[in-house]
Amino acid sequence: MGGAEGTGTGARSAIWRVFSKEFLENLRDRRTLISALIFGPLLGPLLLTSALSLTFRGAGAQSDRPLRLTVAHPEHAPELMAYLRQYGVRIRGVDEDQAAARRELAAHRSELVLLVPADFGSRLQAGRPSPLLLFADESNTESARGVQRIAAIIGQYGTAIARLRLIARGLDPLLTVPIVLQPIDISTPAGRSALALGTLSYLVLLTMLMGGMYLAIDATAGERERGSLEPLLTLPVRREHLIQGKILAACAYMTLSLVLTVTAFAVALRLVGLERFGMSVDFSPRVGAQIALACLPLVPAGAALMTLVAAFTRSYREAQTYVALVLLIPTLPLAFAAALGLQPRAALMAIPSLGQHFLILSLIRMQPLPASYVALSVCSTLALGAVLVFIAGRLYRREALLG
Amino acid sequence: MIEAEGLAKRFGTVAAVSGVSLRALDGRITGLLGPNGAGKSTTLRILYTVLRPDSGDALIDGISVTRDALAARRHMGVLPSGAGLYPNLTARENVLYFGALHGLARADRRSRTAELIQLLEMEDFADRPARGFSQGQRIKTALARALIHRPRNILLDEPTNGLDVMAVRSLRSLLQKLRAEGHCILFSSHVMQEIGALCDDVVVIAQGRVVAQGRPEELRERARTESLEEAFVRLVGAAALEAEGVSR
Repeated sequence: MGGAEGTGTGARSAIWRVFSKEFLENLRDRRTLISALIFGPLLGPLLLTSALSLTFRGAGAQSDRPLRLTVAHPEHAPELMAYLRQYGVRIRGVDEDQAAARRELAAHRSELVLLVPADFGSRLQAGRPSPLLLFADESNTESARGVQRIAAIIGQYGTAIARLRLIARGLDPLLTVPIVLQPIDISTPAGRSALALGTLSYLVLLTMLMGGMYLAIDATAGERERGSLEPLLTLPVRREHLIQGKILAACAYMTLSLVLTVTAFAVALRLVGLERFGMSVDFSPRVGAQIALACLPLVPAGAALMTLVAAFTRSYREAQTYVALVLLIPTLPLAFAAALGLQPRAALMAIPSLGQHFLILSLIRMQPLPASYVALSVCSTLALGAVLVFIAGRLYRREALLG
Repeated sequence: MIEAEGLAKRFGTVAAVSGVSLRALDGRITGLLGPNGAGKSTTLRILYTVLRPDSGDALIDGISVTRDALAARRHMGVLPSGAGLYPNLTARENVLYFGALHGLARADRRSRTAELIQLLEMEDFADRPARGFSQGQRIKTALARALIHRPRNILLDEPTNGLDVMAVRSLRSLLQKLRAEGHCILFSSHVMQEIGALCDDVVVIAQGRVVAQGRPEELRERARTESLEEAFVRLVGAAALEAEGVSR
C-alpha cells in the first residue's frame, strides 16, 4: 500500500473480505452447493465403481456362462459335437444352409452358428483339411468372445486328432511343436488396478474444477448481470483485489470439492472391494491425503482460468458455456497421455494437470516418482496459477468489464 | 463538492460526452437533467470513477478522480442505475459488506448499518435475503449501502426509476434530510417534475454537452418561459439544432 493507492483498503483485508462474502453467499446458493459439494464429489466415485464392478462382473461371469451354439447339420460331425458338449457348449441343431445361417444371426435368434458341410466326415477320414464355417457378428463383443472360445475348443479337438494321426504313423507328436512360447505376466495386482483406475485421476481433477465453476461464474458474470458489479467498483478497493478475493473463494470451493471427492473415492473403492478381482488398491487415508495434496497446486490455476473466462463473457449463460469448455482444457493432456501411452518424464511433469495425473497414478501404483519430478510439477503448476491470477487482475481493470 | 472540467469520453466512434463541466455544491441538491442518451450516465460514471475520461478531470472535495480514484471514492456514496444486490445476502449483510470494503471497523459498520436501517425505514426486511425484494426495498438497501461510510458527496443515477409514488416521496424527503445535513447531492433524471420539486441547481445536458446550468428559476428566465418543462424543451431543442448545424 502506498503512493496514489495509499488510501485504499489494505490489500490483504480487502481480498479477505471479498473472499469471505463470496464464500458465505455461495454456501447459501443451492446450485453451487449441489454441484460443488454433493453432485460432483459423489458422481465420479459412483461412475467409476459401478463401471469397474460391471466390467469385472462381465469378465468373471463370461467364462462360467454356458456357450450357446447353433449348429447346422450336427449329424455330419457327431464326435465333434460330443467334444464340444464336454466343454459345456450347449448345442442346438438345425437344418440350414449358409443363407439361412446368416438370416438366423441377422434376426438375433442365435449369436453363433456353426455350419458343418456334408463332406466333413469323409474329408476327415481321408486326412484332408476339413473346413467348418462359423458365423458370428464380431462387432458384438459377446459374440466375439464366443468365437474365441469355440475356436479354442475346436482347435484343441483338431490338435488331438493330429496327434492321434502322428502316433498312428509311429511319429512323436512333439515333432510338430518346435517352440513353446510362455508369456509371463509380471504386472502386480496394484499395477493392474492402476490400469483400471486410470480414469480416477481424470475424474478427481474434473470434479475439483467443477467445484469452483459456479462460484467463478456467479462472482463475475453473475455479479455483472445482477447489476451489483458497478456499485462494487465504486468502493475504495483496487479491482485486482476484488478479483483475487473471488479467485480465492473459487479456490476454497475447489479444495472442498477435491477433499470430498477423494474421500468418496476412498470409501467407494473400499466398498466395491477390488481385492475380489485380484487387485489391491492402496487407497488408505494416507494415500488419499497424498492424492489431494498432489492435486492442490492445480487449484489456483483452475480457479483463475475459470474466473478469467467468466469475467469476460457477456452474460451468465455465455459464461456457463465457455467455462464448461474451459473445464475440458486441463483434461486434454490426460486424454493424450492415455492415447499415446505416455510415461512420466521431466518435460511432461512440467505440464500442469498432466503432472498431477502422473502423481496420482504413481501414488495408486505405489511407485514413487523422483522428488525432482514432484517439485517440477508443483512449481510449474503454481507458476501458471500466478500468471493467470496476474492476467485476471490486469484484465479486471479494463473498462470493458462493465459490459 | 463536485467540480468537473471538460470531461470527454468516446466509445468507439460515438462521443458520449464531449466537454462537460459542472459544479455541485455542498448543502445543495443538483439535478443532472437531460433526454435519454444525452450523456448523463456517462458523466456520472466518470465522476464515480468507473470510467476514465479521455480528457478533462473532476475533483471530489478537491481530490482528482483521474489521479487518485481510490481516495476520491472514499468521499462518494454511489447509487448506480439498476442497484443490484446480492440475492443470498440479507439487506443488512449487503450493507455490511460494503462497510467492510470501505474499511470500517466491525463495531462501527454494525452500528452505522443499524442507524441506516432506521433512517430508511428498512426494519421490516432488513434481515430477509434480498432475493425477491420489491424495487422500493432494493433502492433503499442500495442507498443504505451507498451511505454506509458517511460520504459527503452522494451521486445517484436515475434513483426514482421503477419506484411507486410513495417510494419516490420517501426518497425525496431523505434527500432533503441529507441536504440539510450539508451533503452534496448530484442526481440524474429525465423526469422534469422530480428535478423541479427537489433541485436547488440544475445542469441540463444534451448531446454530451452542458447546455444550461443554474437554479430552476434562472433556467426559466433564460428560456423566457414560465414552466421548467418548456425551458427544458427549448434548451435541448436549441442544442439539437446547433449539433445538426455542426454536422452539416
